[in-house]
Amino acid sequence: MVVLSQKSASLLHMEVLEGSRAVAEVVKRCRPHVISAYPITPQTHIVENLAQMVADGELASEFVNVESEHSAASVCLGAAATGARTYTATSSQGLALMSEVLYNIAGLRLPVVLTCANRTLSAPLSIWNDHQDSLMVRDAGVIQLFAEDCQEAADMHIQAYKLAEDHRVLLPVMVAMDGFILTHTFEPVTIPTQEEVDAFLPPYQPLHYLTPKAPLSMGTWCEPDKFLEVKYMMHQAMEVALTLIPQIAEDFRRHFGRYSGGLIEEYRMDDAQTAFVAMGSLVTTIKDTVDELREEGHRVGLVKIRAYRPFPTQAVARALEGVERVAVIEKAISIGGVGILAADIKSALYGRERPMVGTFIAGLGGRDVTKDSLRWIMERLEEGATLQEFVDLNLSLIGDDEG
Amino acid sequence: MKEILIYGRGGQGNVAAAEILATAAFEDGQFVQAFPAFGAERMGAPVRAFVRIHDQKIRTRSQVTNPDILIIQDETLLGNAKVMGSVKKEGVIIANSAKKAAELGLRDSATLWTVPARQIALEAIGTPIVNVVMLGAFCAVTGLVSLEAVKRCAMARFAGAVGEKNAQAAQQAYDWIKKERE
Repeated sequence: MVVLSQKSASLLHMEVLEGSRAVAEVVKRCRPHVISAYPITPQTHIVENLAQMVADGELASEFVNVESEHSAASVCLGAAATGARTYTATSSQGLALMSEVLYNIAGLRLPVVLTCANRTLSAPLSIWNDHQDSLMVRDAGVIQLFAEDCQEAADMHIQAYKLAEDHRVLLPVMVAMDGFILTHTFEPVTIPTQEEVDAFLPPYQPLHYLTPKAPLSMGTWCEPDKFLEVKYMMHQAMEVALTLIPQIAEDFRRHFGRYSGGLIEEYRMDDAQTAFVAMGSLVTTIKDTVDELREEGHRVGLVKIRAYRPFPTQAVARALEGVERVAVIEKAISIGGVGILAADIKSALYGRERPMVGTFIAGLGGRDVTKDSLRWIMERLEEGATLQEFVDLNLSLIGDDEG
Repeated sequence: MKEILIYGRGGQGNVAAAEILATAAFEDGQFVQAFPAFGAERMGAPVRAFVRIHDQKIRTRSQVTNPDILIIQDETLLGNAKVMGSVKKEGVIIANSAKKAAELGLRDSATLWTVPARQIALEAIGTPIVNVVMLGAFCAVTGLVSLEAVKRCAMARFAGAVGEKNAQAAQQAYDWIKKERE
């Protein structure tokens, strides 16, 4: 028998929960007035848990069952317009169906919070993870935060409400967490108490809302002489979010003793010659790989993109300053283009002393990205990778063994 | 860090086993991670679930392809050479089989343990669901997780008599391996 270690202090206030359950527990403590969702794998466990909490009387929310994701988002839009705090969650085709409404939620400046349990888009039909869904609504005016692990995913929801509801922002916030890889993983998490969340997140104070007492119109006709200004104001709000995201993360740290936010995270970037850039749960495997490569003498690090919209251009440029080679790992593809995330990274580096930036398409449709995959990426980069590479591509499947 | 692959068939409670094992290891003071390889799983189709146990925070999230410990829930899966061969050289395989390990003559690099989990489950629980039974054997073979924690977590996961019967069955499998070791 091995001698069992004494439970370390860091485990004391934790419990082993499925990622979806952790998110549901935290959303419950954010006290949304209205929840509306339509089931889709791998998001379903989150709203199933919330529906159970409402049914059991633990959560005083209006849970609105609907016939589609378009309706779920529309319910949130309408409820948020009346000044309610709202929540929804979806994945993949569900987000595609919501996309029309998401543009409206953002344009109406409604602080809806939603979870995207990241899953690819059909066809071919696949229920598995990549970031194609979130990135599809990149330009809608939705703030997008990507979580690395279940704790960060849970914590980000509390911060998401604070960010969305700030009167200088008033934009929807989407927390992106990798489908299955996070939503269905059991791991230790700390779930804050209701009192702790209440102390951090006050009740929503809407700036404008629909009420018969003081009628107003939302979503009105907008002539060409005003439309640009509305979009400009949304963009300005995103710029404000760039400042607020780190501030809220600091505030969160003061309340909860954990840092689960910010725009980017730099991991072992001091003196790094080669940098990985990635979003979401893949950064956990990258961190372990970076440690191993460092032990072997490679000067390698990681820049994790936590805030994808607004994109932290300045922070990324600073983090990559002096680096010789950058591998942007894309869990999505712009078919016919060169990298979606890489476009932002290259743009951030424009006009500076630029490193070589390689785009690596990896992990599409749930393909496992292993330490070997990451080592291959580093080797390809050092050999002088071409513009865009496909990681773990099996050409024999398409009868092209010669490559 | 120890990496565990639970290999069974859809409907055998593979994912629940991973959850219970991880929770039990956590109660013993370890950091854990448990997740399934979700696919087009149906009743009877081969299913994999993964557990990692470590004395510090676990980061890597790729699938377990080179396990330290392989749990085979269903005897008919012993023929999968790819999975059987994926175990580390110094690793361990724990299989649900009424046969002695030597009779199976499968491999010599990893230590192979068998436990008649199906019979134990049929007698103690009344159904051939062996997931918690195999965890009892796991505790006895590896010593990585305490049997008490597994029993407690099984009873928390399955309410009432089902949980109690599963805990008893885990104890029997544990005792069976201990006796084999003597």
